[in-house]
Amino acid sequence: MSFINLKDKIVQVKIVYYGPGRCGKTTNLEYINRTYRKQIASEMVSLKTHGDRTLFFDFLPFDMGQIKGYDIKIQLYTVPGQVKYNATRKLVLRGVDGIVFVADAMEKQREKNIRSLNQLHENLQSYKESIFRIPLVMQYNKVDLKEHGIPILPTSVLEKDLNSRLKVPYFEASAITGYNVAATLKKIISSSVISIQKKLL
Amino acid sequence: MNYGIVSQEQLEQIDRILAEKLIKLGVDCVIIIDMAGNIITAKDNGESKYDVYSFAALAAGNFATVDAMAKLVGEQEFSLLFHKGQESNIHFSKIDDELLLISMFGRDISLGFLRLNVVDVIEKIRKVWERK
Repeated sequence: MSFINLKDKIVQVKIVYYGPGRCGKTTNLEYINRTYRKQIASEMVSLKTHGDRTLFFDFLPFDMGQIKGYDIKIQLYTVPGQVKYNATRKLVLRGVDGIVFVADAMEKQREKNIRSLNQLHENLQSYKESIFRIPLVMQYNKVDLKEHGIPILPTSVLEKDLNSRLKVPYFEASAITGYNVAATLKKIISSSVISIQKKLL
Repeated sequence: MNYGIVSQEQLEQIDRILAEKLIKLGVDCVIIIDMAGNIITAKDNGESKYDVYSFAALAAGNFATVDAMAKLVGEQEFSLLFHKGQESNIHFSKIDDELLLISMFGRDISLGFLRLNVVDVIEKIRKVWERK
């Protein structure tokens, strides 16, 4: 549920990066934080364990400028990817407006991606939301590993595994180098804003 | 999902209640957030410089965590939360299932006095909010 403040003309949009453990959700946010530092008024908040794994969420707010006189404030969140933290993942999804599903393109992670996406589907249902209705973008991360000789799944396989029914926009990406991180972000912001506009009309 | 839209008039009424009942009392900063971490409104004494957006995200997470803990020990909810520091304190109170009132205050206000006023404020805000 994005909150629209008619008095100060502010729309707050909540976007969540979701995906299996170590797929690169936090790395996406860290790259955005570094690259768009000038547009970001506050510090990125990370709640993590000693081993640098996300414990609760990362949070990065930034201003996107105005649409029809309304200030759009984008709030980026990540969820903890580790299997045992589903209760926290659910909490972070509360009131979500748009989701980036970050899949790990490494061959050995194939099953984990599918399991994580299935759980996202269930978690959204608990909020009476549907994965088929909510703005969603797929990001197939870590494509840079191919150059280092690490076996990665071809995009056609990832598409078949994860996106054959959803049919949402997708990007091959490398969060660590920044490849397609901005493209993913732009896509999810525009889908989310359009969806909010539609619901308001 | 429903979209949270409040009229300008309602927000002004809520802001007035917060200013008269809490800021006047000496509270540094008051924020109303929803459980998703959005800010409904924020009022301060003009001196405090808090990053209210990050604060709202963390506070919503904090409250949700405590709510889950309450369920684990068989409680319906812990409707009140209080963090005490050397110089500043934070008081959280649930307005309804969607809204949370957060007050940040220093050493010169007693917790009891604040709580009395918060109860009053919540009642008044509920009345304004119901008309949404």
